[in-house]
Amino acid sequence: MLYSIFVDRGFEVIEHTADIGIATHGVDLKQVFANAALGLFSLITELETVSEKSIYHIRVSGPDREALLINWLNELIYRFEAKEMLFHRFSISTLTDTELKATGYGEKIDLTKHELKVQVKAATYHMLKIEQDKDGWKARVIFDV
Amino acid sequence: MSVPWEGVLNKIDDYRWEIPVSYKTGMRVPGLIYSSESLLNHIWEENAFEQVANVAFLPGIVGHSLAMPDIHWGYGFPIGGVAAMSMDDGVVSPGGVGFDINCGVRVMRTNLMEAEVRPKIDRITTEIFHNIPSGLGTKGKLKVNDRELTAVMIKGSRWAVERGYGEPDDVKTTEESGCIQGADPEKVSNRARERGIPQLGTLGSGNHFLEIQRVDEIYDAETAKVMGIQETGQVLVMAHSGSRGFGHQICTDYIATLGQAVRKYGFNLPDRQLVCAPIKSPEGQAYLSAMACAANYAWTNRQCMAHWVRESLMKALDKSPRDIGLEQIWDVAHNIAKIEEHTVDGKKVKLCVHRKGATRAFPAGHPDLPDIYQKTGQPVLIPGDMGRYSYIAVGTETAMRETFGSTCHGAGRLQSRSAAKRGVRGIDVIQALAAKGITVKTASISELPEEASSGYKDVNEVVDVTQRAGISRKIVRATPIGVIKG
Repeated sequence: MLYSIFVDRGFEVIEHTADIGIATHGVDLKQVFANAALGLFSLITELETVSEKSIYHIRVSGPDREALLINWLNELIYRFEAKEMLFHRFSISTLTDTELKATGYGEKIDLTKHELKVQVKAATYHMLKIEQDKDGWKARVIFDV
Repeated sequence: MSVPWEGVLNKIDDYRWEIPVSYKTGMRVPGLIYSSESLLNHIWEENAFEQVANVAFLPGIVGHSLAMPDIHWGYGFPIGGVAAMSMDDGVVSPGGVGFDINCGVRVMRTNLMEAEVRPKIDRITTEIFHNIPSGLGTKGKLKVNDRELTAVMIKGSRWAVERGYGEPDDVKTTEESGCIQGADPEKVSNRARERGIPQLGTLGSGNHFLEIQRVDEIYDAETAKVMGIQETGQVLVMAHSGSRGFGHQICTDYIATLGQAVRKYGFNLPDRQLVCAPIKSPEGQAYLSAMACAANYAWTNRQCMAHWVRESLMKALDKSPRDIGLEQIWDVAHNIAKIEEHTVDGKKVKLCVHRKGATRAFPAGHPDLPDIYQKTGQPVLIPGDMGRYSYIAVGTETAMRETFGSTCHGAGRLQSRSAAKRGVRGIDVIQALAAKGITVKTASISELPEEASSGYKDVNEVVDVTQRAGISRKIVRATPIGVIKG
């Protein structure tokens, strides 16, 4: 069965039997990419508990728009796991079909104040969708958890 | 998001259902699903059949695109999927292995009986919980450097035993002797190394667990005896874990790389998550070499944890290793691609067998089995959920003939994680399990309801199908006494 938990942050969490995903919307693709990333971190921890203590510059490339979104989210999963980073906000300065430049605002994991909720293994191409609608753009990504 | 499947299944018999090649243009072979009619109803809602049909598109697929009775919706491949590819013109697909490369199960027998363990179960589970790092964001206590990680990738379980984590016999009773040949650390990214180093020797989170179990039923006493299981009430230890962030990153890396290969080789795939490359191509070979590194890492991981369980039991019970008698029965990989010899149309051929949430189930007499299991067949380990049962079965000739020597791997989810958690508190789950005589220690009490029995299919029903279809034969059933959850 499908369940939606609407959170008015530009993304909602979607669930299926063995999966968790994010449905995100925005006025433009930059916002959709930023919201998808926030959605990812909302699965990992409570976003409210993450402070903007540090700024990180992130660059990602990919062969097309869909791959770019997957590579962007997998880049953040890598930074979370290997660099122990949590993010609270993203600002995307450049976005083409093959390249993304972003600034991420967040801090290092501190287990005394951040509860880690779900182990996200990776973002997948499964049921991936990026499309334009009357209000702007929207995307759907399923994560392997 | 989910659309119930609208295709037609051809009934072959009560436990075999076929998706004909005519279902979808592009299918190279039919789909074959092992299931009962009642289990089919769950699967129908989930559209996992479409994934069985999609896997049948892959170049070089031989026989059928197979699904075991614990099939559920995966990414590209269904969980519970088995696909064998010809070595000449077939492909290898990282999606056919999954992100958690060599996620698997290990089971060990002991000389202990339930009556002496139960009064001390709190002490035992607490000791194990403190001795084996689990949960999210925890680091291992192994403190390996980059050079040692390279050795882990090449040697697998043997690396752990050489450092004193376990006994040489543990290696003999591990699938592939705990080491897939052909591992090439050069094919592993620095990112995978970064994720792998701190996580070696950790259980992980989600559905990974360590369980102290009691033998609940013995179906074949002679075969059970070969496994060191003599009577009901005897205590077993089961571990379920994989290659952690190391394997996840390797899969992520190769899905990106093989995305380019799909274009290069001109494959037309119905789902981008099915990216693949010819087995013989440089890309395909690179993936298999990196996958072997992750598989060997996972076996090292389970080997170290088994050793720490042994240590914990000694400490908690104040007994010698000889008195405890913890000996490994078997260790299986259930997310893996293997190069194996099978008979197709009367001819012996080498195939690349993908098992994504499926267990190898080789029969008695198979040359890859160690002497101890030559007469019984390979042990198959099938964990259920933490409130019900787990099974030990053995492989059969039917499996060899029909499923490339494969059977099911577990119960399979029934409810989404949030549905399982809705209105249920961690403490409620702990109390419900306590009422059944099961003690639980967990790193995250708020996430515990995800793993409650109600979230899973009944493993009895799944194992019953494999038994009746003849693709594995049940030997022993066990129930948990103590559970450590990541």
